[in-house]
Amino acid sequence: MGGIPHDKYEPKKGFETWLDKRLPIGRLIYDTLMIPTPKNLNWMWIWGIVLTFCLVLQIITGIILVMHYTPHVDHAFDSVEHIMRDVNGGWAIRYVHANGASLFFIAVYMHIFRGLYYGSYKEPREVTWIIGMLIYLAMMATAFMGYVLPWGQMSFWGATVITGLFGAIPFVGESLQTWLLGGPAVDNATLTRFFSLHYLLPFVILGLVVTHIWAFHTTGNNNPTGVEVRRGSKEEAEKDTLPFFPYFVIKDLVALAIILAIFAAIVGFIPNYLGHPDNYIEADPLVTPAHIVPEWYFLPFYAILRAFTADVWVVQFASFITGGIIDAKFFGVLAMFGAIAVMGLAPWLDTSSVRSGRYRPQFKWWFALLVLDFFVLTWVGAKPAEQPYSTISLIASSYWFAYFLIILPLLGITETPEKQPKTIEEDWNNKNKKAETKESSPSGGIYEPAE
Amino acid sequence: MEDNSDNKKSNRRDFLYISTAAVGAVTVGAATWPLINQMNPSADVAALSSIEVDLNDLEPGSQLTVKWLGKPVFIRRRTEEEISAAREVNLEDLPDKSAQNANLKEGDASDKFRTLDEKGEWLVMMGVCTHLGCVPLGDAGDFGGWFCPCHGSHYDTAGRIRRGPAPTNLPIPVASLSNDGILKLG
Amino acid sequence: MNRQSNSLHGKAVYAFVLITQLIFCSYAYSAGPVGKIDNVDFSFEGVFGTYDKKQLQRGLQVFTEVCAGCHGLTHVAYRNLGDKGGPELPPEQVKAYAAQFEIYDADIDDERTAIPSDYFSGSMVENAPNLSLMAKARVGGAEYIVALLKGYNEEEKEQAGSVLYGNKLYPGGWIAMSQPLYGDDVEYMDGTEATLQQEAEDVAAFLMWAAEPKLNVRKEMGFRAVLLLLVLSVLLYLTNKKLWAPYKNKKV
Repeated sequence: MGGIPHDKYEPKKGFETWLDKRLPIGRLIYDTLMIPTPKNLNWMWIWGIVLTFCLVLQIITGIILVMHYTPHVDHAFDSVEHIMRDVNGGWAIRYVHANGASLFFIAVYMHIFRGLYYGSYKEPREVTWIIGMLIYLAMMATAFMGYVLPWGQMSFWGATVITGLFGAIPFVGESLQTWLLGGPAVDNATLTRFFSLHYLLPFVILGLVVTHIWAFHTTGNNNPTGVEVRRGSKEEAEKDTLPFFPYFVIKDLVALAIILAIFAAIVGFIPNYLGHPDNYIEADPLVTPAHIVPEWYFLPFYAILRAFTADVWVVQFASFITGGIIDAKFFGVLAMFGAIAVMGLAPWLDTSSVRSGRYRPQFKWWFALLVLDFFVLTWVGAKPAEQPYSTISLIASSYWFAYFLIILPLLGITETPEKQPKTIEEDWNNKNKKAETKESSPSGGIYEPAE
Repeated sequence: MEDNSDNKKSNRRDFLYISTAAVGAVTVGAATWPLINQMNPSADVAALSSIEVDLNDLEPGSQLTVKWLGKPVFIRRRTEEEISAAREVNLEDLPDKSAQNANLKEGDASDKFRTLDEKGEWLVMMGVCTHLGCVPLGDAGDFGGWFCPCHGSHYDTAGRIRRGPAPTNLPIPVASLSNDGILKLG
Repeated sequence: MNRQSNSLHGKAVYAFVLITQLIFCSYAYSAGPVGKIDNVDFSFEGVFGTYDKKQLQRGLQVFTEVCAGCHGLTHVAYRNLGDKGGPELPPEQVKAYAAQFEIYDADIDDERTAIPSDYFSGSMVENAPNLSLMAKARVGGAEYIVALLKGYNEEEKEQAGSVLYGNKLYPGGWIAMSQPLYGDDVEYMDGTEATLQQEAEDVAAFLMWAAEPKLNVRKEMGFRAVLLLLVLSVLLYLTNKKLWAPYKNKKV
C-alpha cells in the first residue's frame, strides 16, 4: 500500500480466515482503510471524501428521480413538476440533485486546485492526475446531459449551442452533429439518448474513481510539503504517517458535516440561486432566450470558447496556415478542449524539481493569478459577447494557456526554491510542538489514542 | 488515583464517541426516510383513492362501470325482478356463503348484506372475477347476473358466485350512498 | 512564522473560490427587466418565511376573477387549494371551487364538471402564458410580478396588427397584455381594501405559491437539517480533536 511498510492484515476469527482464502475482500477493505497516510495533511485534503459523497448522493437521488421522470419531449417538463408537487418529498430529492451537481463541481475545483498548488500531479502521480482529468471530463458530460432532461428553455438551447460546436469540426462536423442529435435539431431523439447516457456515465465515473484511488494508493498520498513518506522501515514510516482509519476518516467527516450544513441551508432556503429562471419555462424550439448561459461550473470554458473570434490574430494565423480549415468557431472548440488538455499535461510541463508550491516563491504568485484568472473566466463567461468583455475574456484565456505552456516550464529553470523540510515528521513537529520537547512525543508507532 | 482519573477520561471520551455516533445515526436515518417514502403513492394518486359518482341518471336495470384504484367497479341499479331473484336464493346453494362486503364487520351472503340500501336497489361491486382477474360480462350467464368469459364463472343478480372456478363472491368495496344520489367509493 | 502564513494563505485563497463563485453567479443573471423593482416584504421571504393563507386566498380571488380569463395554471390541481401550506380552503370549498368549471374527459369523450383531482385549465388566449411557474421563471420573482402589474404607463401602440401597451418593467418596454388591474377590480371576501398595490401583492403571492407550493415545509425542513448537521459537526469536531490530541501535543 503506497509501498509504505506497515502492519499486514491478519484475519482473526474462523469466518475471516475462511473468506480470506476464497475472496480476500476483508484484506482489501482493511488495507484500504488502514493505509498509512501522511500525518500533516491539511484541510485541502478533505475534498476527495466530499467528491465521493457527492457521487453517491447524485446516484441515489438520480435513481429515485428516474422512478418518476418521463424522458419524452411532451412529458419531461411536466414530470419534473409532478416530482416537485406530488411525489412525497420529491421537491427535496430534486433540489438536492440539482444543487448536488453544483456541490460536486465546487468540490472538484477545490480538489484540482489543491493538486495544482501542491504538485500532486508530479511524478510518480501522473496516472492519478490523468484519471482525474478523465473523471472531470465525464462529470462535465454527465452534468451537461443531465441539465437537458428537465426540458426547459435553457436545457434545450444549451443543448443546441453545445451540440452545435461539434458541427464546427472541419469535414466531419455536420454528419457528426446529426449523429449526436439523432436528427437535424435537438428533439426527442436527443433527449432519450441523453437520458440513457446520463444514467450510464456516473457508473463509468464510479469505475474511474476506483482506479483513481487504486493509483494514489499505489504511489501513496501527496502531502503539503511535497516530501515523500519515508519507506526505509515500519518505524520510520510510522513517524510520518497515521492510519487512514480512524484519524482521517473522522477528520474528513468533520469537513463533510460542515459542508453538508451549508448545503442544507442552500437547498432549504435558496435552492434556485445557482439556477436560471428561464429553465422554468418549457422548451420552445421557436423562441430563443435573450441570453443563453450554461450552468456556472461551465462558465470558464464557455468564456474560452467565445473568446477566440475571427478578428483575433491567433485565429487569423491558424486560418491562414491551414488554408481556412480552422475557422473562428472551430478554433474556439479547440481552445476549450485545449484548456483541459494543457491542465492534463501539467506533469510534463512543470519542470521544477520541487513538488509543493509552499516552497516555490515565484510559483505562488503565478498560481494566485491562475486562481484569479479562473474567477475572471467564470464571471466573463456569463457576460454577453461584446466589449469590454471580449477583450477581458481573451486576456484571461491567454493567461490560462500561458500558465501551463510558458510559465510552468520556465519556472523550473528560473526559480530558486525555499528550503523544504527533510521529513514529514519534521514538518509536523514544527507545526505541533511549541518547544523542543522530544519526550512528549508519543511517536514510535502507537496507533491507538494514548489513553 | 491515576486509575480513577484515567477511568473518568475514558468515560468522557467514550461518551463523546457514543454521542457522535448516535447523532450520526439519527442524521443517516433522517436522510434515509424520504428516500423510502418517495415510493409511497404520490399526492395525485392518493387524491384518487376516493371518488364520487353521480347516480341520479341511472335507470333501474342498467349498470354503470367506473374505474377506481385502477380497477372496474360495477354499479347496478337493480329491478324488482333482480332483487327478488336474489332474495329467493337458498344460502345452501352458494359456494361462498360470506358477504364479502368491506362495509360490514360480519354477514353472510344473503342479498341484504350485499346491497348498499335497504330496498336492495343498489349493487356496487368490484368488476374483477375472483378466479384470475378478468372482467365479467353483465346480463350474461345462467343466473341472470354476470358471466366471466375467461374460464366460465357464473355470478347471480347479487354478484355471488354460483358455478365455475371462481372461489368467492364479487367483493363489495368501501362505499356509501348519500341522500342526494352521490355514491362515494373509498 | 512561515507555516502560519502558508496555511492562512492557502485557506484564504480557497475560501475565496467558494464565496466569490457564488457571488459572481448572481451577477451573471442580472440581465432581466429594464425598470426598477420595488421591494415588497412578502410573508414568505427569509429563513422563517411562510405563506400567509389569507393573502393566498385573496390572491386566488384576483386570479379567478381577473387573470383566469386568459391565463392557465395547468400544474396546479384544485385539490391543492386545500393543501397544508397553501390557501388551505376547507374540503367543501375546494369541491365547490372546482365545480365551477367544466372540463373535457377523454375517458368518457365528453365534458363533465371538474372535481378536486382535476387541474386548472390551460390558457384561453394564444400568447397568454401559463402562470403556474411564472414566479420562478422571471428574474425578480414575485416582486417583479408586482412591479409589472403596476408598471403600465398608459401608452399604447399598434404593431403588425396587434396592440401593445407601454410597461417599463417588460423587456423592450411594450407588452401585449393590456393593464389587468387598476385597483378595486375585485371585492375581497375578507373585506380588505382592494387597492392596486394590495391586489398586485396578493396575486403575486398566490402565483409564488402556485410555483412553489412546498415552500413552507422546505424552509422548515431546511432549518432542522442545518441544526442537526451543525450539532453533528460540533460533535465530530470534538471527537476529532480528542482523537488527534496525543499526536499534536501542544503543551510545552
